[in-house]
Amino acid sequence: MKILVCISHVPDTTSKIVFKNDNTEFDAAGVTFVMNPYDEFGLTKAMHIKESMGGTITVVNVGLAATESTLRKALAIGADEAVRINTEPTDAAFVAGLLAEYAGEENFDLIITGRESIDYNGGAVPGILSAHLNIPFVNACIGLDINADQATLIREIDGGKETLQGKLPLLIAGQKGLVEEKDLRIPAMRGIMMARKKPLRVVEASEIHKQTTVLNYQLPDEKGACTIIDPDNVDQLVELLHSEAKVI
Amino acid sequence: MTVLVYAENWNGNFKKSTFEAVHYAAELANLMDAETVALTISAKDDPSQLGKYGAHKVKTIENPSLETFNNQAYADAIIAAAEESNADTIVISNTSNGKAIAPLVAAKRKAAFITNVIELPESLSPFTIKRKTFSSKAIARYQTESDKKVITITANAFEYSERGQSATAEAFDFQTTAPNQELTSVSIDRATGKIGLTEADLVVSAGRGMKGPENWGMIEELAEALGAATACSKPVSDIGWRPHSEHVGQTGIAINPQLYIAVGISGAIQHLAGVNASKNIVVINTDPDAPFFKAADYGIVGDAFEVLPKLISAIKTYKATI
Repeated sequence: MKILVCISHVPDTTSKIVFKNDNTEFDAAGVTFVMNPYDEFGLTKAMHIKESMGGTITVVNVGLAATESTLRKALAIGADEAVRINTEPTDAAFVAGLLAEYAGEENFDLIITGRESIDYNGGAVPGILSAHLNIPFVNACIGLDINADQATLIREIDGGKETLQGKLPLLIAGQKGLVEEKDLRIPAMRGIMMARKKPLRVVEASEIHKQTTVLNYQLPDEKGACTIIDPDNVDQLVELLHSEAKVI
Repeated sequence: MTVLVYAENWNGNFKKSTFEAVHYAAELANLMDAETVALTISAKDDPSQLGKYGAHKVKTIENPSLETFNNQAYADAIIAAAEESNADTIVISNTSNGKAIAPLVAAKRKAAFITNVIELPESLSPFTIKRKTFSSKAIARYQTESDKKVITITANAFEYSERGQSATAEAFDFQTTAPNQELTSVSIDRATGKIGLTEADLVVSAGRGMKGPENWGMIEELAEALGAATACSKPVSDIGWRPHSEHVGQTGIAINPQLYIAVGISGAIQHLAGVNASKNIVVINTDPDAPFFKAADYGIVGDAFEVLPKLISAIKTYKATI
């Protein structure tokens, strides 16, 4: 089983989001970057599959050198090799195109991504990548069982879930449920030592047309003051929800 | 010029997000001086009603092989309809199925793909539009030079209104190019009669302050009295008090209802990221310093176990009068 896990390097979930250069650029100063949380579920799932069926796990990222810490972490968790496609990931079509160029030559049986990255939240790369590779795409995947080349998949749908049957190769965009949070693998000392010797290959990015450009960013409007209501006077809340907020 | 909107249905029925998408497409078409064409696939509801939300024409696909959802086949159908109606701009709801289809459509059309859109474009040339980003902690202004676009719109971000006309519906003969149906649906397990979280107008949510899953009766009773959906914080779904599907926040579901009531949730930055787009936020918490009060419109500092029964009864009394 040849598995590819696509990994994003994103600001930690506790990060305060600040912009610079006239709000045209994310200000990374003082921000801790981590592996995209959705991708962590995918990587642990890949480990489970490898342990039960054998195979190799490659992790890939489109990013500049600073993202290597996240790739090294993936190697320490248990991936066999890492590939960094060396460019700033500025647009989903661009990133998916680069990943497709790489993955198209490798014939992976299974490609796992997160359902979206927690920075740009486009949810665009996995589907576009699957279309380029012409393999089935299961979004918001919360369950995967593989038996030879047959896969049983569960995807989250609005208000429930759907079970699907498919054949490898395929691409899943995963999230919590693929494995449980308590089962997420973290690097152990031995893994960290071994990761230093594992290959991390840097591939130069080719010219791929970008479809979108971010002009600038805005922060959401500040909330006004909170109206504090006496716990013994909940009728006032009901009244305000009716007459002021007009929601009931 | 044409704007094509995929008018999604669940079990044959249109839902609120469908009307929002059609309404959005019609507003966009109006700006572009274009026609709005809606596409339905295996819908049971009367397609001509989409005219009320602004569709000029409705193309309907009735094909036994498309009765169950298949993202690849549905994407191919949307592409075929876009080609036939000469539509460069395609609008799709940001629902679970929409998100599974839209990137495939964008990739095959070589279109600019802009998801989580919250407003009509600021300008058409160059095409400039806002979308939510950084888990709703920010808004990004995107620009594209591409003529071809696929836009997915956030649920609850646009109010739709009825315009009172009905649209002409015509059958669209789409034959699937078979070999792509490599995924087959085995079963669908969906709670019936419950209000879907992403499109709910009102949401009642609770956190660890509820002390245990056995106390959720009050949350459900409040939700029922209001006609609201129920949600929970991440810690609560992690410990298994509530299902993962109820987890709202940065790594769960992002919502933007008219009213979000948070009970016993302190308001960690990750939680706020998923809910701060709610139009009105009510926070009930024992701790007056809980960070959530800073993001709230209305707050009650008090014990949920004392406040909730009073609030439930006040809501019921109010509902009985209207």
